[in-house]
Amino acid sequence: MAEPVLLLDRLGKRFGGLTVTDDVSLAIRPGEIHAVIGPNGAGKTTLINLVSGTLRPDAGRVLLSGRDVTGLPLARRARLGLARSFQVSSLLPGFSALENAALAVQARSGSSFRFLRPAASERALNDQAMAALDQAGLGARADVPAAALSHGERRQLELAVALAMNPRLLLLDEPLAGAGPEETERLVTLLRGLKGRYAILLVEHDMQAVFALADRISVLLYGRIIASDLPDAIRADPAVRAAYLGEDA
Amino acid sequence: MRSWLGPLLLLALLAAAPFIGFGQGWAMTLLARAMILAMAAVSLWLLVGGAGMVSLGHAAMLGIGAYAVVILDDARVTEGLVVAAVAIGAAARFALLTGAVAVRTSGVHFIMITLAFGQMAFFTASSLAAYGGDDGYTLYARNTFAGTGWMEDRVAFHFLCLGLLAAVYIKCRVLMASRFGRVLRAARENPLRAQALGFAPYRYQLTAYAIAGGIGGLAGMLLANATEFVAPSFLAWQRSGDLLFMVILGGVASPLGAVIGALSIVLVEEWLAELTTHWRMIFGPLLILAVLFLRGGLAGIPAMFRRG
Repeated sequence: MAEPVLLLDRLGKRFGGLTVTDDVSLAIRPGEIHAVIGPNGAGKTTLINLVSGTLRPDAGRVLLSGRDVTGLPLARRARLGLARSFQVSSLLPGFSALENAALAVQARSGSSFRFLRPAASERALNDQAMAALDQAGLGARADVPAAALSHGERRQLELAVALAMNPRLLLLDEPLAGAGPEETERLVTLLRGLKGRYAILLVEHDMQAVFALADRISVLLYGRIIASDLPDAIRADPAVRAAYLGEDA
Repeated sequence: MRSWLGPLLLLALLAAAPFIGFGQGWAMTLLARAMILAMAAVSLWLLVGGAGMVSLGHAAMLGIGAYAVVILDDARVTEGLVVAAVAIGAAARFALLTGAVAVRTSGVHFIMITLAFGQMAFFTASSLAAYGGDDGYTLYARNTFAGTGWMEDRVAFHFLCLGLLAAVYIKCRVLMASRFGRVLRAARENPLRAQALGFAPYRYQLTAYAIAGGIGGLAGMLLANATEFVAPSFLAWQRSGDLLFMVILGGVASPLGAVIGALSIVLVEEWLAELTTHWRMIFGPLLILAVLFLRGGLAGIPAMFRRG
């Protein structure tokens, strides 16, 4: 069996007396979409932050393609191939869509301590950035500043930027958050297009989307994983239904 | 290309100034001072407008450049090219050392730390008894230039300052358009995003801080030569405040704003001071009005008219 792209090994995190991540272990294999679901307050965002490096765990390890990255900050993990999208779009508002993506390409191609040549004229950066925008269906809006994009387009740009990083692991924090029905449909189609090509950790509220996309689903409750299985098994799991699906679906 | 129109116009105007009625000694002195401070303001712009780091200690960079002239003058080293290299190197090194601490902070903390380092430099200069302490140090003469007394000629000095101002301006624009500048802008707009892409902003911001320091040192070296006198007041925090004001009044959107801000403050100050001894009573409210009503600063005025 191929080595997991992401391995969480008995991860734990406490805030004061509150345990928000409790003995969480999971593995994501190449090309697999692994969804994490759970009610509000289950600790999904904390888990994302522990994986991306904005938080340090109190216990356990995070391994990226077998390499222990537990002590590394966000920027180092990004350079090792971890791309995250944010729940609330976190783009560079003054940069055009193309520039947002081009900076992601720049991050992984050569030194950025270059002081003379205008970055905007680097063909190699722009071409790859454009390819990422096209992949996210945003090619026609390349020259529009991120601040002027619609909400749905910003979600697409979040995705394009993550793709432009050419990552080993995509960490998608509620990529559908706040999107309307049409936008959701477009984004789900887009995500389905990535299936099999990237290892993806998907945190999402939209159950329909999760069951349509995920290869495996883990259910988080009070910081613990109470079930981790194939979508059909999760759908049938009585504990999951009681804890979560019953209220929502 | 249109973004070069304004700067070129200003360059032509400054180049023509000595021949269109500003050729007298006092006017040339004033213009040289304005251009040198403009250079310092552009370097501060690199931090404020470029990297989003509001420094209140930039006068220290000028002061270090100026005291490099003094210390070398005292040691009988008066070759301008050597002095300039030392001034730039010393100021950049000071920026690198103090920046290593300051750049770890941001916002108000960054303002306070740069202010504190600036005050440290100020009191150090005041205590340099060998170089006049509080009273300052009068230079025997301006630095030589490649062995000639060329800098003593006021037209030549005018064009030296203008040429260096243009060079510094171009350097800043090129820098901001480069890969490095792009990372700086990203870290200013959204540090979390910059990190998520794999950039640790600290290294880039510290480098920018050192570059701005070096340019500040060059401006200080020229200022010492322009006035042929150096005092600790060069490093006073009020001067840092003045520089910051020049950048903000001119408009933080572009380095041209810093140039325009510096030139207008120096010239309007002089003009008002001629009208009345109570010129600060007029100058203060003028500045307040400008900040209130000119969103993009002085450099943003043409755009305001275009929009109507």
